[in-house]
Amino acid sequence: MTDQTTTTPGSRAGLAGSERQPSGPSPRDLAARAAARDAGPSQRPDRPAVPDAEPAPAADPTPVTGAQALVAALEHLGVDVVFGIPGGAILPAYDPLFDSRRVRHILVRHEQGAGHAAAGYAMVTGRVGVCMATSGPGATNLVTPLADAYMDSVPVVAITGQVSSGLIGTDGFQEADIAGITLPITKHNFLVTSADDIARTVAEAFHVASTGRPGPVLVDIAKDALQAQTTFRWPVPFDLPGYHPVTRPHSRQVREAARMMTSAQRPVLYVGGGVIKAGASEQLVALAELTGMPVITTLMARGGFPSSHPQNVGMPGMHGTVAAVGALQKSDLLVALGARFDDRVTGKLDSFAPGAAVIHADIDPAEISKNRRADVPIVGDCREVITELLAAVQAEHEAGHRADLAAWWSQLDAWRKTYPLGYSEPEDGSLAPQHVIERIGQMVGPDAVYVAGVGQHQMWAAQFISHENPRHWLNSGGLGTMGYAVPAAMGAKVGRPEAAVWAIDGDGCFQMTNQELATCAVEGIPIKVAVINNGNLGMVRQWQTLFYNERYSQTDLDRASGSSRDADAGAPLGTRIPDFVKLAEAYGCVGLRCEDTGSVDAVIEQAMKIDDRPVVIDFVVHRDAMVWPMVPAGTSNDDLIVARNMAPDWDVTE
Amino acid sequence: MMNSLPPRLREQDPGASMHTLSVLVENKPGVLVRAAGLFSRRGFNIDSLAVGPTEHEEISRMTIVVNCADHPLEQVTKQLNKLVNVLKIVELEPGVSVQRELLLVKVRADAESRSRVLETVALFRAKVVDVAQDAVTVEATGNRDKLDALIRVLEPFGIKELVQSGMVALGRGSKSITDRALRPLDRAAAAAGQ
Repeated sequence: MTDQTTTTPGSRAGLAGSERQPSGPSPRDLAARAAARDAGPSQRPDRPAVPDAEPAPAADPTPVTGAQALVAALEHLGVDVVFGIPGGAILPAYDPLFDSRRVRHILVRHEQGAGHAAAGYAMVTGRVGVCMATSGPGATNLVTPLADAYMDSVPVVAITGQVSSGLIGTDGFQEADIAGITLPITKHNFLVTSADDIARTVAEAFHVASTGRPGPVLVDIAKDALQAQTTFRWPVPFDLPGYHPVTRPHSRQVREAARMMTSAQRPVLYVGGGVIKAGASEQLVALAELTGMPVITTLMARGGFPSSHPQNVGMPGMHGTVAAVGALQKSDLLVALGARFDDRVTGKLDSFAPGAAVIHADIDPAEISKNRRADVPIVGDCREVITELLAAVQAEHEAGHRADLAAWWSQLDAWRKTYPLGYSEPEDGSLAPQHVIERIGQMVGPDAVYVAGVGQHQMWAAQFISHENPRHWLNSGGLGTMGYAVPAAMGAKVGRPEAAVWAIDGDGCFQMTNQELATCAVEGIPIKVAVINNGNLGMVRQWQTLFYNERYSQTDLDRASGSSRDADAGAPLGTRIPDFVKLAEAYGCVGLRCEDTGSVDAVIEQAMKIDDRPVVIDFVVHRDAMVWPMVPAGTSNDDLIVARNMAPDWDVTE
Repeated sequence: MMNSLPPRLREQDPGASMHTLSVLVENKPGVLVRAAGLFSRRGFNIDSLAVGPTEHEEISRMTIVVNCADHPLEQVTKQLNKLVNVLKIVELEPGVSVQRELLLVKVRADAESRSRVLETVALFRAKVVDVAQDAVTVEATGNRDKLDALIRVLEPFGIKELVQSGMVALGRGSKSITDRALRPLDRAAAAAGQ
């Protein structure tokens, strides 16, 4: 039993320092509501956001302020939580928000935390995550999480206050052109200067964020628009004449794909995050089993197809398995489903999968043939594409067309057997980071949500945790945002209060956003944070070890700069600045520490038992551990190395 | 609107050629910067850009000339299509469309050279729109080759300054690309009426 029941800490109201009842629902209410709407996505990606619990319809126009229209729109859109921080320009919106019985506002400590929390919420629920900030610095602090959500196609709506319309363009106090700034990192954005446009624009923002290829949408609202009088009516018609995402695949393309899939000798299903976004995991398992094809799940697709499934040959790319990388390179047919041929997957593009024909299915037509020319392009929602592929492949089978994949599987199995994922224990008896992550995965189990930062720990968490379920693995894949884990875990826990949520973080990442532990403690969001503490910016250090002649320039977090060239100079290991246990306690969390292999299980178990507060575990690990296998940046996938100075034998047989 | 080429395009495809895209967009603030920003961000080079109103109040028309091969052209078209404010994109082939640029050029023309300048202007079916003591300002429209030729011929007289518009273009024949682009607008209006 790994799922935990959320309890409301008795001291919560006191901690909030407010005499009135918290305006939002308690975590227990949220748990009940989440259970009621089912943990899975409650809305189809190709339909407009539909409220799950409809407030009274406002058919007759009701006189309201712009701010009230904003809050009413959020309520009608079914928003149950907003992460944010108030400030001057957004202040009018916070007044009606104070009275909302449907929208719980979670006061974060930094707007970046609000943005990642909204993304974490969206990733686990499939619904739109919402964050709110004021103008100027509040809005610019959302830039990183918006860029992150853009790269990973996460439906997030950011609502920002803007200076009054008369002040726009005058360099007013806390003025920043956030619509201009976020132009290249949002799916779309809006600047609203009239109260009459607020409800419609918010509805459009939710529609654009959640349909087609999901993504972040920013709505910047001038303060005077929030203050002005308007009328509220719901539903509001959209005014989006240029927005028509295609979700139905072309049937002729699907038939052609099926024909190729049933005749290829070395086919591969190359699966990306789009399969999870489309809720197509079940269909994917059926397609894999029907065709017998090997499945490769990218970093964003971990959990979209069970890691334990015998046809899953692992993660491709820079730190992929030998079997997955080999499968791509030697394949004669790649069936890319909701994947985008990222450079971290393809390695040097012109030597990527040189013998493969490509079927590329994606909901975003611009992804198809962007990096690798597709022989059969299919534009459509992955669930619809896979469903139609199932029928088309079935038809091919009935017509007697079926390839024998036995030789292909014997090659794949030889790679898997000869080059399994693994690691060696440090010789000095210190803790192996991979062991810690592997044990967390085994003990906490596949029903928990795992959230990683960026770097070595992220790769190990992708490799050594068995990802069995979609929407249970969150990380910053495209942008590579250090500091993603803690706030995203917070958002995930709010979205799925009944699930155990474990952030697997690095000590470098953790120090970028750990202020949200205060939010978690105050708001009753009991996440677990496993800090994989090697005292270093580990992945950068790994590159310095391999490619910069072991010159550790500015990667040692334990020592003063300048002293790190000499391993024996400077402060001893474990100066503990900061001391993560004390830091956790200062934030109202439980702080635990583990420094040896023998106590790993006991510490994890101890953390699993705590459910009234967030827990931070400082796992002090060996600093020289490296992520293997590795395709060095800019080289071909064929040049993959399985360990330092060790290339695999691609021709190995069982 | 010339950008310096990003590395990706420096070793440009030998198949690169000029393409004229007619892009119908919603007449809303910020649309121009969305489209122009997309080109620079994605590493595509705009050769010329012109934007203005159309016969429909709510629609503007951008004419964008890009120099690239077919594959990047397909990419940039798809990326443009993803912009929420973009309604429709049509490539106008030179053979089946009328393509024009406007040139204003101020040429030195004193008593001695004036008659020869005016003769050149007449040859190119351009016209003089302003006359000063020692200069004339000439207005000419045409395709790029014609305007380049005019400039070359006027150069020896002494060009004091010149300004050139982006290209605008319309397909030949009776069809209109805005008609069909309006249909989605009508649909949205119908949905709004529900």
